[in-house]
Amino acid sequence: MAGLQLEKRVKYKSSVKDPGTPGILRLREVMLLFVPEDPKSDSKLKVQTQNIKSQKSTKEGSNKPPWLNLTNKQGRSHIFEFENYQDMHACREFIAKALAKCEEEPKKLAVSTSAEQLSIADLELRFKLLRENSELQRLHKQFVESKVLTEDEFWATRKKLLGKDSIRKSKQQVGLKSMMVSGIKPSTDGRTNRVTFNLTPEIIFQIFAEKPAVRQAFINYVPSKMTEKDFWTKYFRAEYLYSTKNTAVAAAEAAEDEELAVFLKPDEILARETRQKIRRVDPTLDMEADQGDDYTHLMDHGIQRDGTSDIVEPHNDQFKRSLVQDLNRHAAVVLEGRSIDVESEDTRTVAEALMRVKQVSKADSEANQERLERISRVAGMEDLQAPQNFPLALLSIKDPRDYFESQQGNILNEPRGGGGLKRNIHEAYELLKASILEIKTEGLCDPLIKPEVALEVFSSLTRTISTAKNIIGKNPRESFLDRLPKPTKDQVLHHWTSIQELLRHFWSSYPITTTYLHTKVGKLKDAMSNTYSQLEAMKESVQSDLRHQVSLLVRPMQQALDAAFQHYEADLQRRTTKSVGGGGGERPNGYV
Amino acid sequence: MASVASKLYSDDVSLLVLLLDTNPFFWSSTSIKFSQFLSHVFAFLNAVLGLNQLNQVVVIATGYSSCDYIYDSSSTSNHGSLESSRIGLPALFGSLIEKLEDFITKDEELIKEEEVEDRIASSLLSGSLSMALCYIQRVFRSGNIHPQPRILCLQGSPDGPEQYVAVMNSIFSAQRLMVPIDSCYIGAQNSAFLQQASYITGGVHHTPKQLDGLFQYLTTIFATDLHSRSFVQLPKPVGVDFRASCFCHKKTIDMGYICSVCLSIFCAHHKKCSTCGSVFGQSKLDDASPVSNKKRKAPET
Repeated sequence: MAGLQLEKRVKYKSSVKDPGTPGILRLREVMLLFVPEDPKSDSKLKVQTQNIKSQKSTKEGSNKPPWLNLTNKQGRSHIFEFENYQDMHACREFIAKALAKCEEEPKKLAVSTSAEQLSIADLELRFKLLRENSELQRLHKQFVESKVLTEDEFWATRKKLLGKDSIRKSKQQVGLKSMMVSGIKPSTDGRTNRVTFNLTPEIIFQIFAEKPAVRQAFINYVPSKMTEKDFWTKYFRAEYLYSTKNTAVAAAEAAEDEELAVFLKPDEILARETRQKIRRVDPTLDMEADQGDDYTHLMDHGIQRDGTSDIVEPHNDQFKRSLVQDLNRHAAVVLEGRSIDVESEDTRTVAEALMRVKQVSKADSEANQERLERISRVAGMEDLQAPQNFPLALLSIKDPRDYFESQQGNILNEPRGGGGLKRNIHEAYELLKASILEIKTEGLCDPLIKPEVALEVFSSLTRTISTAKNIIGKNPRESFLDRLPKPTKDQVLHHWTSIQELLRHFWSSYPITTTYLHTKVGKLKDAMSNTYSQLEAMKESVQSDLRHQVSLLVRPMQQALDAAFQHYEADLQRRTTKSVGGGGGERPNGYV
Repeated sequence: MASVASKLYSDDVSLLVLLLDTNPFFWSSTSIKFSQFLSHVFAFLNAVLGLNQLNQVVVIATGYSSCDYIYDSSSTSNHGSLESSRIGLPALFGSLIEKLEDFITKDEELIKEEEVEDRIASSLLSGSLSMALCYIQRVFRSGNIHPQPRILCLQGSPDGPEQYVAVMNSIFSAQRLMVPIDSCYIGAQNSAFLQQASYITGGVHHTPKQLDGLFQYLTTIFATDLHSRSFVQLPKPVGVDFRASCFCHKKTIDMGYICSVCLSIFCAHHKKCSTCGSVFGQSKLDDASPVSNKKRKAPET
């Protein structure tokens, strides 16, 4: 397909109103090329297939001319008017295939085509992230578009953002629908006796998974004995017979038609599997004990299926399946999930793949079988065994008293000394007692407080309260940032995030081992000094009453930048001296 | 009776539990005399009682080695001697003075028995806080109708880091009871305990600058009842000292190790938590950068 090329005569329109430029459309897998007939025309066009987002075309049979409308990732559309519908369909299919291939191999693309050409999925993810996060967008705009950082460098530090989504979208196995196949109702047209069943690959897969006998029959009969269509007709005939519940007819038809009988008889393969499973059941499990509980023949018992009660009758049950059996089987298949990764339309491939999976699992289970038996022989009854000792470390929660007493001990055990203190203690107590005696005899001080002092206290308190209000605001939880005018606040926050971004790249570039890193650091340093001066300017521009607070906010940013500058200078100096020193080794001593 | 009481006990009736620092070491080293301090406090208590006739005041003395209730305005045995009223002392405080004297004597005796240690000359704040909370708890349990309780710590002596756990426990109990702890620190240093207590319980912390105007501070800031606080501007601290004491050496630290199981704080790495017994593994990170798993508790002041 890679070498394939398609050429059609078309008219290219840049918009619906455009009368169109006649020319030739060349389609290749990686891009499409439009060459106008008139060599002077400047409407030459080249579109990379991976840039195409979607294509639309006019419906055949409508009055409109055959148009193909390609929309690219930037939202621009290119319209091509074909000479006839055949041409258009050919092109449409070609592009569809190319697009599918493009999407199929995003990883390969990302690896093979270097940094600039990322997979569509990755690009979309990045766009989405930028769209959702305005802060990110601003940073991206500031640094990537001003060429301080390359696109890759910018995203390299945000792998987590990118990775989370990609993990989410891949790897998950698609489960089966829980709807039962038997739920597919035939549709009748009402006039004739024909019933129609609609089959999709999904349903076929499910039938094969649930009914190994059908799968086996398919492999055996198709296409050697009958066509796929005949096979399914027969299958649904059998299903139809089931649904009528007419066991007599079913038996009669089965007798006549050998192949039909395969579908009507209970599934041999399943039965075999079941027998194997039963053999594996713990022999101590006594299922017969439950037989006394048989109440299936009581009134109102049974499961309603298709409006009629589904009671298993003992006779003729070779051609009967109970709903419970179907349900169980279906549940087992759904739980197993989609065990094969065949995304094929070919029914036979699916059937064979399923078969292989089954055989592998059977081999596994047979190997397991013996081991399990040995285990079950050795293993005793769980409830008769001594309690197991789990490897748990017990949390030793001590008596809290121990803790407090030990604290007390700590105090007591601390080195004592301080005879001076001992002497002081009594003096101190004496002083205290004297004070009390004083108040006892002389009463409260009079005057209690001097008016000047009271005034001073008052004014100082008022001052504290008003300045505190200035600093913390009315609401103690409200930060100073909230009191800044909105643009200033945004500016501060933006500076902070951009400085963080720059510093992250700056520090991660060290140690400088390549010239690439060297230039990167240089660029970053320039950007940082730019930001530094912006900070200074911002500090100058704010109102005087806020300036102090703003400078407090700005200081840590500037300190962080200063540290980076310092490192840059030191590193530069070291490198230059090193290179000089390294050169010195080559030169003879004293040579300048 | 209940209906009358409920009418009387409006939301501005307070129960003020005052924790009075009687640490002799502090009072022998500070500029203000204890008698002066007491004058201010008595006048303040009197003012509080005068604000609302249902207001109640309890005083607990916080000593060096013990603490005790020394005054309860609701008890009937508060009649002071005639002598005290003669010298211009509010009659109510006659018994307070006597009890305080007894308390200090006892406190001194206790210290004699215990011998003097080389510990920081701190008061038993944890003890008096616990007593205040016990009293408040009793008030809470007395029925639905009770005054709004609050605790006021009049503290001058420095924090005793060895009381860290006990003090913090009291603070959290107060927080749970929704009892604000106001604190007025008159000492020279900064009390992290009181700052945290007021911050956590939603009380007011203030450090008066002029001790001779103490009464003014007390009446302006700390006389405000809980109801009025919603519309009165009270001084707010700019920051709170959140430093903790390590459990192993009772040192005040701003960076240390924390047990991941019980949140005990240690100043050095231990193999086993001394509080809950959890065994700590040596993390790989630990080898690379020994500081990385230290949690910083920076004082905000």
